[in-house]
Amino acid sequence: MLGMGLLLLALGYILGLYFLYSPTAGLIIALMIWAVLNFIALFQGDNIMLSMAKAKKISRDDSPRLYNIVEEMKIASGLENMPAIYVIDDPAPNAFATGRNPEKAAVAVTTGLLQKLNRDELQGVIGHEISHVKNRDVLLMTMCSILLGTIVMLSWYASRMLFFSSMTGGRRRSSSGGGGSAQLIILAVGIVLMILAPILAQLIYFTISRKREYLADASSAQYTRYPEGLASALEKISASTTQLKAANKATAPMYIINPFRKKGRAASDLSSTHPPISERIRILRSMAGGASFADYDNAYRKTRLTSKGVVSPSALATSGTVAVRDAEPQRTDESQYKIEQSREISDLLWRQNNYRTINCECGTKFRLPPKFKATTVRCPHCGIINKVT
Amino acid sequence: MTGLYIVIGVVVILAILLFGTYNSLVRLRNQTKNAWAQIDVQLKRRHDLIPNLVETAKGYMKHERETLEAVTNARNMAQQMSGSSVGERGKVEGELSSALSRLLAVVENYPDLKANQNFLALQEELSSTENKVSFSRQFYNDSILRYNNKTQMFPSNVIANMTGFKAGEFFEVSVAAEREAPKVSFS
Repeated sequence: MLGMGLLLLALGYILGLYFLYSPTAGLIIALMIWAVLNFIALFQGDNIMLSMAKAKKISRDDSPRLYNIVEEMKIASGLENMPAIYVIDDPAPNAFATGRNPEKAAVAVTTGLLQKLNRDELQGVIGHEISHVKNRDVLLMTMCSILLGTIVMLSWYASRMLFFSSMTGGRRRSSSGGGGSAQLIILAVGIVLMILAPILAQLIYFTISRKREYLADASSAQYTRYPEGLASALEKISASTTQLKAANKATAPMYIINPFRKKGRAASDLSSTHPPISERIRILRSMAGGASFADYDNAYRKTRLTSKGVVSPSALATSGTVAVRDAEPQRTDESQYKIEQSREISDLLWRQNNYRTINCECGTKFRLPPKFKATTVRCPHCGIINKVT
Repeated sequence: MTGLYIVIGVVVILAILLFGTYNSLVRLRNQTKNAWAQIDVQLKRRHDLIPNLVETAKGYMKHERETLEAVTNARNMAQQMSGSSVGERGKVEGELSSALSRLLAVVENYPDLKANQNFLALQEELSSTENKVSFSRQFYNDSILRYNNKTQMFPSNVIANMTGFKAGEFFEVSVAAEREAPKVSFS
């Protein structure tokens, strides 16, 4: 992010120098544009993203399993407040987190995700999203995209102004008259910066995004003490070919894996916001001996064959040794479990659409549409009259 | 005169370091207290959930009296020791955990019980509470680690000794019985 900031300042400086003969004026204008964009973007809020994805907020009773998992991750990560939990009705499995500060955060998952993953895997995914909240990644990526936007905007306007001034047949003469070659140099540097700055800024933006994803994977492994959970969740998610309906290019970086990964874009592209999934899975699976940040860092360096780690030195210093825990005991009746899971999710969706449920004593469950007016319901199995609450 | 200024400067810097270290000791100790309170909440929740679970299971598992009684006894013992020290609580809570896992292993033999919605909801709550206990335990142990480092490493240990900050205890749930495999009787 520092690199992008420097790019912005350099651009402002040079452009100020060329057009306004005052580099400080250029710097100030660049910073002012950045501040205004910041103001607008940061206060738009998370609601826009959530409503674009058609996410519905759920309470504890709606889905105790999901609520419990989020609460477990909240305790493990040390978040102060419980994040709001949203469910998106979409068969494509994916999840995202949003929220500028850890106190007012939100986590959203799709029904496809709830359906396909078991408890350990769901815990891994939620841990990944919660760590985005905890590490303030949302704030970081928002500010980086604002920086990027400012740089792009400045370059665009500068190129327009340059175009105009050369069209009108001549540059403004410098007051001293003797700085002709200096002006040319400034012009050359300015043009180079104008072309390169947006490109460089984009590259930096994507690199930052990928690095934060690795960090979120590491944090999730540490919180859950079970990196295999996230690894197998990523496997299941990437195997699914259903396209997520509500994602678009603007919101894509926030999801756990790139919703557009099948659209002909090579996953190891420099312009990809997420690292390639196979690599993420390989790193998680090669974490030998422990689940701490240091173990993830070692696995990262081994898999990517690089000496540069991904976890900051301060985090490495304070992470102790963390033993991997056992997996949750698997249910022996796998098909029954899947049926129950589907039932739970469809119950959730019925409730979201304001259908009420009544349990009869014989075990039958009634589902009443929102406009149901009668005060009693007769059970078709046992004949008992139940009161509608 | 410059000598005096240097001495004043050094004294001021030392004072700032002193206050800073003292404050960070206080902050870390409060974090450990907060983390312990969170564990307490989860443990209490576990104590409250267990009677319900035993009642629901009793109706279906008429032949498993000893297992159910073991759980109830362990739970009562753990609840009595609510006010004790960290180490003692670790022991009784560990025994409760092992009694519970024996019970849950036996439940696998009773498909009627497993189909009961109430029991399933309770089991989910209980296993989630177990998870929360272990997560808050690891968070507590991490904060104790940071606090102990600060009180024992030089130079902050000097200030810690002067102002009476002592190292804290780790919350180990020592379960000796965990090593044995649970004995499930197919009678």
